Amino acid sequence: MQFFGGSEISPSPPTPAATGAGNNAHMIYLFNRNGVCLLYREWNRPLHTLNPQQDHKLMFGLLFSLKSLAAKMDPTSADKGNLGVPQLPGQGCSFHSFRTNTYKLSFMETPSGIKFILVTNPRTGDLRETLKYIYNLYVEYVAKNPLYSPGTPIR
Amino acid sequence: MPPAAPRSGEAIFASVERVNAELFTLTYGAIVRQLLTDLEEVDEVNKQLDQMGYNIGIRLIDEFLAKSNVSRCVDFKETAEMIAKVGFKMFLGVTASVMNWDADGTCCSILLEDNPLVDFVELPDTCQGLYYCNILSGVIRGALEMVAMKTEVTWIRDMLRGDDAYELQVKLLKQVPEEYPYKDDE
Repeated sequence: MQFFGGSEISPSPPTPAATGAGNNAHMIYLFNRNGVCLLYREWNRPLHTLNPQQDHKLMFGLLFSLKSLAAKMDPTSADKGNLGVPQLPGQGCSFHSFRTNTYKLSFMETPSGIKFILVTNPRTGDLRETLKYIYNLYVEYVAKNPLYSPGTPIR
Repeated sequence: MPPAAPRSGEAIFASVERVNAELFTLTYGAIVRQLLTDLEEVDEVNKQLDQMGYNIGIRLIDEFLAKSNVSRCVDFKETAEMIAKVGFKMFLGVTASVMNWDADGTCCSILLEDNPLVDFVELPDTCQGLYYCNILSGVIRGALEMVAMKTEVTWIRDMLRGDDAYELQVKLLKQVPEEYPYKDDE
């Protein structure tokens, strides 16, 4: 993918099937389990509706609720608490993406509570492998960085 | 596309960059030596090693999850198996085994046959209370806390103190589910 040019991490990222010329992604968010936005980058966002703090809170809240809803409505899972009961991170099923007519939002959550969100154009295929690749990069450069304190935004 | 299966410990150990084992052992020995000189109290050193291990553990968990591709463990038994079979293999290159499960499945022992941290090490008489490998207990505690499990990890048997093996006891205190961090009154 073009926004991580020249990285030497292996495996190399899978190229999505339908990529036009130029950048594919609109925005990326990274949250930790406490709702702190660790990273936010935008490449193509013509419309700004909220200030950044509200935007992060909204995004985190949306995903938290969506994940909770998806887990509770799971027809194959045995245990169902009431809606609103907090869940262990990673437990139950988790949604991967949703698509509107103008964008597609892909989501991945690790068992340690790190959430990766990628907003791209609607024609993008399944981005789970890409998000895993980004997680590997996060591990390589952020988790292993001795100058980074966990829970603070990434510079 | 189906998600990739979890990779085995040996496969990951073979694929990551490794440092020389002796360098690792000697560096760790130098750290403990320096802590003993700075802090002088054996209990303080134990606590400091545990704290250092905790700081390592909270970062190590992300690397573990990213490289080993595991999904969420269903219960504590599976977690302990993961730590022993995949985790120890991946990071230290040794295989550990899990045994001595108690009745409710919240407490188990992890047995290490060989331990690369203690090659060439002998404890002198002045440091008999020292848990030389306490950093490992901190690492496990830190890592499990980041996956929502509060645990207590202690050493049961330690070869440097005259026992015949290294045995760590991992006890699950509670599971901490995720809560919505923002208050509703914004």
